[in-house]
Amino acid sequence: MLTLDAVEVWRGPSLVLSDVSLRVEAGEIVALLGANGAGKTSTLLTVSGHLRPRSGRIRLDIDGKAHDLASLPPPEIVALGVAHCPEGRQIFGGMTVLENLRLGAYLRRDGAVRADLDRMMSLFPVLAERRGGLAGRLSGGEQMMLAIARALMSRPRLLLLDEPSLGLAPQLVEQIFDVIAEIRGAGTTVLLVEQNAAMALDVADRAYVLETGEVQLSGDAHELAGDPRVREAYLGLAPEGTAGP
Amino acid sequence: MSDAYILQQLINGLVLGSLYALIAVGFTMIYGIVRLINFAHGDILMVGAFSAFAILSVFGFPLWSAIVAVLTLGAILAMMIDLVAFRPQRAAPQVNGFITSLGVSILIQNLAILLLSGQPRPFNLPGWMRGNVHVPGVRVTVLDVTIVLITLAILIALMLFVQRTRLGAAMRATAENPLAASLMGIRINRAIATAFGVGGALAAVAGVFWAGRAGQIEPLMGFVPGLKAFVAAVIGGVGSLPGAVLGGFLLGFAEVLFVGLLPPAYGAYRDAFVFGLLILVLLVLPNGLLGRPAEERA
Repeated sequence: MLTLDAVEVWRGPSLVLSDVSLRVEAGEIVALLGANGAGKTSTLLTVSGHLRPRSGRIRLDIDGKAHDLASLPPPEIVALGVAHCPEGRQIFGGMTVLENLRLGAYLRRDGAVRADLDRMMSLFPVLAERRGGLAGRLSGGEQMMLAIARALMSRPRLLLLDEPSLGLAPQLVEQIFDVIAEIRGAGTTVLLVEQNAAMALDVADRAYVLETGEVQLSGDAHELAGDPRVREAYLGLAPEGTAGP
Repeated sequence: MSDAYILQQLINGLVLGSLYALIAVGFTMIYGIVRLINFAHGDILMVGAFSAFAILSVFGFPLWSAIVAVLTLGAILAMMIDLVAFRPQRAAPQVNGFITSLGVSILIQNLAILLLSGQPRPFNLPGWMRGNVHVPGVRVTVLDVTIVLITLAILIALMLFVQRTRLGAAMRATAENPLAASLMGIRINRAIATAFGVGGALAAVAGVFWAGRAGQIEPLMGFVPGLKAFVAAVIGGVGSLPGAVLGGFLLGFAEVLFVGLLPPAYGAYRDAFVFGLLILVLLVLPNGLLGRPAEERA
């Protein structure tokens, strides 16, 4: 569905992605792991058209048609079915929950928006309770739910999800990961950026590990979870440890 | 002091406040969406007045056509300014845009002086506009009533546009968080151009009204109303649309009452009074009357 081939990206004077190649197949959850500043968020921003690659290719295959995302403006990328749920939630705090959700469906002209609003309300009951309230008054976890629901309102084929667990209580993190599994179950492909490598590898099919703008490791999520380098660097476990589940 | 005198001052305040509100709304929309204090905003008012002059006095078209044409021209001019002067430096620090707007303002003023001469010209609306509406004891012209009614209609239409339409929602979303708005598929530059266009249209039509009351036009006429509308926007809470309307009317009333209630010798200090009022309000309410503190904005 999504293929990045030797993508190089600069942010002003600094090189943020030096050589990123990765692949996301339809129906997969693919995790993107790595330390702060490794280029995870930049990768997502490049896919959604907010950063432009200096070289390399980004291809989106949808319904048998290939699209070159590197040359499309962000609204057209959204229209193709790529939703980006950004780091730090970025909800519209001065607008109501309902207005936030409607903005998620901004480019849609079909008549099913109302039905999708109801679907989001039942998927996230807390949003139904607070639908008329200002989004800025929601708790951190509720704002995360809203940010995900808002992204889903565009009916994406591919969801780019950036740090959904950041700053949330463990119980909420579990809830969020349940939701991610549900989203995939409903047929949406997910590219997931996470600091919480253990949770991410648990829910993902495959994973890539970024380091200073390059892919260092990649492979099956379960195999990576057992890889000593990953265990040491990202899971906080001893390299040869046999403890744990 | 008679009741009629006070009523007269209130009416004057309402008319002046309408004009300030019309201009301030554009200031606040543009600030809200690109965090830019656009000092060229007042000069669009001047261009509106000169355009109306050409349409009415030179070509002799009817007033309604002048209003429609001026709304359109103001919108186009403001969007052109955005496209040429501000859009290329969208990512630059705020102060760059501010200085650019000063440059655009000086450019427009000097172009007007060069092409149209700096001499004031008489600006006469059709005679019926200058006639009095019959209210005992006070003097109200048809123009005054027109100004207040058209301003109210425009402001209501603007609120509905911003609150109820898809483009209005796109503008609010962009004002609040441009990155998130772009992630929704909103064309940021189009939303910004809309704010400039609406603001420019309102400033230009305010220019026609302003010129109608002053009875003359000249290339620097936009400066003082522009500055005062900026004060009105800040008093109301810059970035807040209802705030700009409230600030505009408050400033109109305050200025008229200051001039009307104090001995005539103090009249010359009205501008000093306006800016004194600004300082006072900001000392007590740093975000203006209806503004939100910066940290609440996402």
